[in-house]
Amino acid sequence: MTIQTKGIKEYLASHMRDFGLLFALIAIMVFFQIVTGGTLMRPVNITNLFLQNSYIIIMALGMLIVIVSGNIDLSVGSVMGFIGALAAVLIVNYNVPMPVAMMICLITGGLIGAAQGYFVAMWRIPSFIVTLAGMLVFRGLSLWLLQGQSVGPFPREFQLLSTGFVGDIFPAVLGEYLAGVFGTRAFNVLSFSLGVVAAAAVIAMGLKKRNRNARYGTEDEPLSLFWLRNGIIAAAILFLMFKLSTFRGLPNVVVTMGVLILIYAFVTERTVIGRRIYALGGNEKAAKLSGIKTERLTFLAFVNMGVLAALAGLIFAARLNTATPKAGFALELDVIAAVFIGGASMSGGVGKIIGAVVGAFIMGVMNNGMSIMGIGIDYQQVIKGLVLLAAVFFDVYNKSKQA
Amino acid sequence: MTALLEMRAITKEFPGVKALDRVTLEVKAGEIHAICGENGAGKSTLMKVLSGVYPAGSYDGEIHFEGALAEFRDISDSEDRGIIIIHQELALVPQLSIAENIFLGNETATAGVIDWHETNHRTEALLKKVGLRESPGTLVDHIGVGKQQLVEIAKALSKNVKLLILDEPTAALQENDSRKLLDLMLELKAQGVTCIIITHKLGEVRYVADTVTVIRDGMSVSTKDAKVGLSENDIVRDMVGRDMSDRYPERTRRAGEMLMEIADWNVWHPEHRDRQVIHDISMNVRAGEVVGIAGLMGSGRTELAMSVFGKSYGRRISGTAKLHGQPVDVSTVARAIAAGLAYVTEDRKSLGLVLDETIRFNTTLADLGSVSKHGVLDFRAETLVAEKYRAALRTRTPSVFQKVGNLSGGNQQKVVLAKWLHTAPEVLILDEPTRGIDVGAKYEIYTIINDLSAQGKGVIMISSEMPELLGMCDRIYVMNEGSFVGELPAADASQERIMSLIVSE
Repeated sequence: MTIQTKGIKEYLASHMRDFGLLFALIAIMVFFQIVTGGTLMRPVNITNLFLQNSYIIIMALGMLIVIVSGNIDLSVGSVMGFIGALAAVLIVNYNVPMPVAMMICLITGGLIGAAQGYFVAMWRIPSFIVTLAGMLVFRGLSLWLLQGQSVGPFPREFQLLSTGFVGDIFPAVLGEYLAGVFGTRAFNVLSFSLGVVAAAAVIAMGLKKRNRNARYGTEDEPLSLFWLRNGIIAAAILFLMFKLSTFRGLPNVVVTMGVLILIYAFVTERTVIGRRIYALGGNEKAAKLSGIKTERLTFLAFVNMGVLAALAGLIFAARLNTATPKAGFALELDVIAAVFIGGASMSGGVGKIIGAVVGAFIMGVMNNGMSIMGIGIDYQQVIKGLVLLAAVFFDVYNKSKQA
Repeated sequence: MTALLEMRAITKEFPGVKALDRVTLEVKAGEIHAICGENGAGKSTLMKVLSGVYPAGSYDGEIHFEGALAEFRDISDSEDRGIIIIHQELALVPQLSIAENIFLGNETATAGVIDWHETNHRTEALLKKVGLRESPGTLVDHIGVGKQQLVEIAKALSKNVKLLILDEPTAALQENDSRKLLDLMLELKAQGVTCIIITHKLGEVRYVADTVTVIRDGMSVSTKDAKVGLSENDIVRDMVGRDMSDRYPERTRRAGEMLMEIADWNVWHPEHRDRQVIHDISMNVRAGEVVGIAGLMGSGRTELAMSVFGKSYGRRISGTAKLHGQPVDVSTVARAIAAGLAYVTEDRKSLGLVLDETIRFNTTLADLGSVSKHGVLDFRAETLVAEKYRAALRTRTPSVFQKVGNLSGGNQQKVVLAKWLHTAPEVLILDEPTRGIDVGAKYEIYTIINDLSAQGKGVIMISSEMPELLGMCDRIYVMNEGSFVGELPAADASQERIMSLIVSE
């Protein structure tokens, strides 16, 4: 069988969303790079960008699954704050050993998710209501747990969770030599090497998939677009990793985040449970009549969300080096916005992990860029709101044009 | 008596289908006129033309009402003239009170402020008229279906109705309530209201109707005086008397050993706790046998099938299911599938398919275990499975990566069939397998069914199209109001026999 390739124009029209999102992110980055006079892409700022958005991205992974399953979770900001508070109380006030405390926190997050999932899945109470209640409950419990005070600071090793960097395993001489070559202050060879490996992997996997599609006669993108898209992605990875390696290398949290993104992308796209979640969100009745245990899946989606919110809570607390009663306030909205900007559908069954991640970066770059420009928080909110609306409008408009 | 309503040579076409073909209906002032016909005969379409749901210009023919040509643009247009339809699915808002419902959209108000005193006063008068003893403030949710029906009629009366149309008003009612409703119709008639009643029940026709018109395949077949010498046989023949013009593929009928037995099956309504939906049903299917379940819409066929298939419908389900003589657990869908059962749903779009996803996605959905290892999907194996069924069922599509939402009805049905064939079932329950499918695709579906029975699978086929059951099945169960009212070998069955089993309560 031959590959069915449409013309570039036709293909772009039917895959507007995927390309639109990627180009939007690039356009936004270029825009802020220019208007901030190059500050956006400075190594220290790139590093900050990852640190600032890691917890949003981690929660967006769970939120994507919740939204694909046809639900929503408004409580994640509160739960994140609550877990940060719990960690602070355990570690700072009660000197609980760090691994034990972290374990307790993650399990608590899972239990919170289980409790909310129970009411959504077994009693069919709309998730909007259950998690709205959860949002209030855990906001209150954070206040109670911290007695309205900030608790900190954390021990050094806990902070590393967020602010630590992966050390270079290559000889220091090599790093110094390369720093000289590139004319930078430092050079972390490991980070850059990983970047090269990742970029190569993206292209290799793309080619492999293309080959497989060719063998089964699946429709695929035109070759020029394939190289354009994968070229941009690979170049972006190399560029970012180069920037990171000329600062302090790869932050621990980026490693955590990267691994989680890979795992969740794999689970949603390649596993039976992932497939079932899409079926559940796409048509719950059909899924049920196909023997899928829809209640259990919904329940698990919330448990997973709880654990990820807990992890985000730990990272956030470690980054601020203190737990405050206000932590996580209104953060659920950023997470949900990221998922919808990333192309997920409110009615469920549609959305991709990579979309949610790019959506989160779009929000993150805008936050960061506008702050550097000194735009007030008032205008920032307005602009972010309009971007969200524009992204979803774009989706709906495209769909109505296709129909 | 003069004619209140005359519908002359009404023809209504949908893309590819002629739903009404020169239908003529004449309703005299002050009479009760019954319209009978099978499901899909065109009764509802005719009423939609009359009420302006299909506006003037979208059909051919003329409607004369009160002696003048009427061209209704929409429902409110026809309601203004006094033509009011009460649909089978009641159009009441359950969370509002009786009074609020009656005057919904027609509120007694000045400058947008409702006069509750006047509203309640008028409601009381209307309720008295229809013989409903409830307070105007009672929520519609809190009264039974029978009383809700009366509220609908009161609502119609509030609008100065001249022609009241009731679409199968007693379908959801108990014996008692049905009788009350029919008596009310007679009373309204005495007050000068003209009525049209759409019904399948010949007993009702005899009880209330002055005239009966039979519609079949979009044509008005006969209009008879219901008061003198109405013969049930005549009406039944008029209702079903069509040639077996549809063709069915030949099959060697060879029923093998007993495959599945269901005994003493009882099911109660999931919400109305006191309503039993399925009464003491026992049935069986042998290997290689195609067994039909005949019955009208709402007779409980789908409810029976879904309650057997993993308790997907109903409460307090009791009875035994056996496969190969051994009791099997069919208490969840997963267990029913594991036991060797498959259920191809009646409504493929809302119950059978994930429309936004591909053919491949839908084909493997009910048995992902076979295309995965340790929970990880093998796309290659999945594609091969999808391709296999695409070829075997001759699904017309550019590729198995096509979204099923873009396929035609017949091809969608093939994808649903593929999904269930992939679970390697022993018994397939097919619920209206050819609904909404064009003739060519129907023949292909029939061929697939015959192939399955040749492989020794048991097929239970639910269908509202009697010729289809007669052409396909070895044996036919006849179902009415939640019970089996007869079992006929195909050789002895005829449309007339089935219909008379259904209509003679």
